[in-house]
Amino acid sequence: MTSQPKRMDVTLESIMDSVDLAEDIILRIAEASGFDDEERHRIGMSVREGVINAVTYGNHQNRDKKVFLTIEMNNGRLVIRILDQGDGFVLADVPDPLAEENLLKSSGRGILLMKAFMDEFAVVRGRTGGAEITLVKKLPAAN
Amino acid sequence: MSFKATARDIRGITVVDVSGRITLGEGSAMLREMVKDMTGKGQVKIVLNLGDVTYIDSSGIGELVSGFTTVKNHGGELKLLNLTKKVHDLLQITKLYTVFDVHNDESSALGSFHS
Repeated sequence: MTSQPKRMDVTLESIMDSVDLAEDIILRIAEASGFDDEERHRIGMSVREGVINAVTYGNHQNRDKKVFLTIEMNNGRLVIRILDQGDGFVLADVPDPLAEENLLKSSGRGILLMKAFMDEFAVVRGRTGGAEITLVKKLPAAN
Repeated sequence: MSFKATARDIRGITVVDVSGRITLGEGSAMLREMVKDMTGKGQVKIVLNLGDVTYIDSSGIGELVSGFTTVKNHGGELKLLNLTKKVHDLLQITKLYTVFDVHNDESSALGSFHS
């Protein structure tokens, strides 16, 4: 018997406080889902980086714009989507933080970390514009 | 646990014991101001003891890099001490482990400064 998919939708203000809030929410869900400390840290940081990007680069901290956080559990996966109301971006256009000329830059490592910490990472244009990041982590096996 | 830093001088080298979170907002900003303040006072031999840093995000990493560059531009050196596994892993992923001079004990960090 397959378990029912579970879903939570959260609308966040485009303020820095939303970063801590989103991280707190996902950490609680990750703990309830049985992830160990190391995986919870990776998931929490990934969401943190995704919301920072959405608030800062997507919505430019415009209080009129929101960040939409969706957390789903289905088919053995934790799927997190972060959608902003900005202009969207092309992943290929993001400078590589590992390139020699970028190594000493003070920013630009968020996507690198999300890719490193999650099982899957993708960016698409949101249905109503903006960028939608999808982060996926395979759920731990049931005990 | 919020960001906290206390500095001590050992033979002209400033060892800064950092604890708490170095993240976007308060922690990162405080680290930035601290390094700026120290370099402004001519303190350009700096060891950041990160042994009690519980969490660092990409903004915090960015401030470490900025601090490294700032101190270097002032003719000095900024080194890292006592990385936790989480911080170590982040520096590995971002290839910054090859940029920073990282030490596991204070005496080797202190002895590594060029005169």
